[in-house]
This record gives sequence, structure tokens and C-alpha cells, in this order.
Amino acid sequence: MSEYEGRVIRAGFAKGTALKSDEPISFFGCVNPQTGVVTEAGHQLEGESVKDKILVFPEGKGSTVGSYTLYRMKKNNTAPRALINRLCEPIVAVGAIISEIPCVDGIDISKINSGDKIIIRDGVVFVNKNE
Amino acid sequence: MHLTKKEKDMLQGIEGKGVKRAMEILSALGEIYNAEKLIPVNNVQVSGVSFKNLGDAGLEFLEDWAGQGVKARVKAFLNPAGMDLRNWRKLGFPKDFAVKQLKLIDVFKSMGLELTCTCTPYLVGNEPDLGDHIAWSESSAVSYANSVLGARTNRESGISALSSALTGLTPNYGLHLDVNRRADYVVDVRCPLKKASDYSALGYIVGRRVGGAIPYFRGLINPSKDQLKSLGAAMAASGSVAMYHVEGVTPEADPNSIKKDAPVLEIRDLNEGYAGLNSETRVIDLVSIGCPHASMDELEEIASLLEGKRVKTALWITTSRYVKQKAKDIGLLDRIQASGAVLVSDTCMVVAPVEDLGFKSMATNSGKIAFYAPSHCGLKVRFGSLRQCINSALTGRWEP
Repeated sequence: MSEYEGRVIRAGFAKGTALKSDEPISFFGCVNPQTGVVTEAGHQLEGESVKDKILVFPEGKGSTVGSYTLYRMKKNNTAPRALINRLCEPIVAVGAIISEIPCVDGIDISKINSGDKIIIRDGVVFVNKNE
Repeated sequence: MHLTKKEKDMLQGIEGKGVKRAMEILSALGEIYNAEKLIPVNNVQVSGVSFKNLGDAGLEFLEDWAGQGVKARVKAFLNPAGMDLRNWRKLGFPKDFAVKQLKLIDVFKSMGLELTCTCTPYLVGNEPDLGDHIAWSESSAVSYANSVLGARTNRESGISALSSALTGLTPNYGLHLDVNRRADYVVDVRCPLKKASDYSALGYIVGRRVGGAIPYFRGLINPSKDQLKSLGAAMAASGSVAMYHVEGVTPEADPNSIKKDAPVLEIRDLNEGYAGLNSETRVIDLVSIGCPHASMDELEEIASLLEGKRVKTALWITTSRYVKQKAKDIGLLDRIQASGAVLVSDTCMVVAPVEDLGFKSMATNSGKIAFYAPSHCGLKVRFGSLRQCINSALTGRWEP
């Protein structure tokens, strides 16, 4: 198991399986809040569900309304369990805070792949590789 | 980031759950942008008011926040909503949309925000002073405040501005600091600019080139405040320009504060702007003037162009309720509406569900609308001078 320390954007504990995107993610317009499925055409995660995953991506993009979309996903039980970013920007940060989803940034996300088992405790990320 | 004892208490929830949430948002943003501390703001403008953009998710969230008993602690004003809050029926806005929109407005009202619903707070008696720290979120208003008024604000999101309203605080970074208000580019304008649409076209070109940087304009001769309003709005749409300087005009324009390695852009004509903002259509069914919201001077100019004439298309002039009332008081409203034109308040074409109102092609003199309407509302757009726009309202056709 490897351990990485990042910066706490929203404190909390979460445990789950990583879903990794090398591309930025926009929650507004590109993720269906009813299902948690990524709908953006041509996106690396198109067709995948972020529900209950530890979502690992470099940063957010798109409209600031994306913060509200994340909140709505949390209410619909379609949100990720936690968010790990290389560099968190305000849309994701605000979304994580208002939705009470643990969020860490400053992590070298090249060390994490989809399928890895992850535990997050505030700013510390534990990764168990899925060999 | 350093927090005072009182700020720490707010973050711990001593002043309630709603204030705690606002502080969590502001302190996270402060950390992300490496702010050293929070500073007081005396004036807030909150965007994200249209139900079209917020949707049910935004409404649910804001209801929840308001339910925690939070109240604005400083003057706080709303950006345009998705419809005219009084005349929506007559203008054809769908009822289910209107119900949700009015609910949203009630939520903001319960938080103590002023229901100005305008993108031009500076035209409704809310003009901050040089050096004031404020938290505004509407992109054209942010640009006007920083550049023309010399107040200081970052480009806030609706949520961060609301957090500032509920606490009276903002993180001290970005455009609040002197060092970040210096010009990154010099723009030499070598062609004459006459009309507001020329300033929009220039703004469109420059915004595309400089992105989020600060341009310093040379060669603009006595631009009016309305022309600067158009310039800033277009730059904030095609780029994300939050501040610009105009030599000899704006209060912080100082040749000594241009960065040493600032590239120089030469603008010899506005063709790129007029071409980039036009789609191919001859038929016009909606003419939209007033983005950003029209001033009294602009209404006066529109009235004189419409004198004694009747419009064939819909002609919507968007303005604040405050300016509309002023126009009514002096008879200007009647002069305009005698032509069949309508003064629409509380909203604008960028945040209204125009695609649901049956319009297909629009003419406008606003670079900002011309930039957003094709993607946001699926409309074909013609962009030109106010005179051309009014003519197309009279004939239903666009004449080059």
C-alpha cells in the first residue's frame, strides 16, 4: 500500500474503488445527475458511472453551475464517494464543500489507476494497487 | 491562510450552520489561491439567478442554505433572472419555468438580497468608489467595476459572491492586490471607433487574443461610459478579461505600470470582430438591444430612431427595473413602446430561455449576446450598429 499526502479541500473519510480520468471533468452538462453516468461525447469516461467511486481527475472545467450539479448528485445518491485532483479549481472545490464530499488535491494522480482500492482520511490518500 | 478569532469561530459554526458553510467556501478558495487572509467587502453582486442556469439542483441548494437562517451582512444585489418578473406571461415565458424562477427569487429575498436583477448595478445607484474591495460576479459588471470605477473584485462565481454577502468577507488575492492590476498587453487601436458596436467588435477581437490577461488600450478617443460597458462585456465573453486600462480615461491607467515584457497588439480594422459575431441569415424575428442593460442615454437614442415608426419584428430592449421606471417617469417609455417595441426588465437574452419563446434569428448590437446566443439559445445572430438593428426591426430583414 502506498501513501500520498495532499491538501484538504473538504475533510472527511472515504473508502472505495478509483475511477480515473486523465482529462478534466465538467459536472454541468457532462454528467447525468440522475444516474451519475458521464455523457460528454468523446470523453475518456463517456458511459462510465461515477456513483460511489473515488473519482480521480486532474481538475474541473466548465460552468460554475457544476458545483450545484455535484450537490444534486449527492442528493440523488449518484455522487462519487470522494474526489482526488492534481489541482482543485473553484467549481469542484465549492461543489465538494456544499455536497460534503471529501476532496483532496496536490496528489500525483499518475500513481493511481481505475480499479485501485483507495482510502482517504482528510489529506492522506492510501492506494492499494489492483494488480 | 490566517484567520482572525472571529473568523475561526464562524468557520467552527458558532454563528450557525449557514455561516459556517459560507466560511468553508471562502477559506477553501483562499487556500486554493494562496490568499494570506480574508478582507472585508462593502458591496456584493450575485450571479446565478436564472432558473435556466441553476436548474432544480441550484434551487434545492439555495432553499437549503436559506433555510439555515442566513442573511446578507453587506449591500448585495442580484444579477438578471431568467424572465421579466412582472410581465413574463405577456412575453410568453412558460408557466412551469416562471414558477421555479419566482421561487428562486423568493429564496434570495429571504436571504436579504436586493432584487435589482441587473448586470449594471452601477446604473441603479450602486457605484462603488475607487479602491473599494467588493465581490461581484457578473463578468461585464466585474470588468466595469475594476476598469472604469477602479473598485477591486475578482470574477466571483454565484456561490462565492453569495458567501461574501453572508459574511461580508472575501479572500485577499488576485485583483484585490496592486501587483495583479498591472497591464499584461498593450493594444494599439489604429482605426477610428464610432458606435457601441465598434467597441463590442474590438472587445471580441481582444478577448480572443488575451484570454484572461489585462490589456492596456492606446488610441481610444473619449469613449463614453456606455461604449466602455460594451467593450468590457465583449472581452469578458470572448475571453475572460476582468480588467482593462484605457490610456487617459480609466482611473488606474498608468504607462509606468505596464509589465516590461508586455506584447503589443495592433488593431488596424474591426473586420475580424464583425465577421466572427455574424451568422448567415437575412430574416430577423427578434431584435435585442440592452446587453449589458441599457442606460438612459441609450434609451434616448433608441427612442429617437423609433420616432413615428412601427416595428415588424419583436424588438426587446432589456434594462433594469430601476432604469425602466426612470424612463417611464419622463415619458421615454411611452415614446419607445408606441413603436411596438417592449422594454423588458429583470432579465437578459443570455440567461432567458429564448429558445423556448419561438424565436429563430436575432439581431443585436451587443458583442456579448452575439457571442453567446448561437450556443446558449440556438439562434442565428446578426451583429451590427444600433441603427442597423432598429432598421431590421422595422423591416424584418437584415441589410448589410
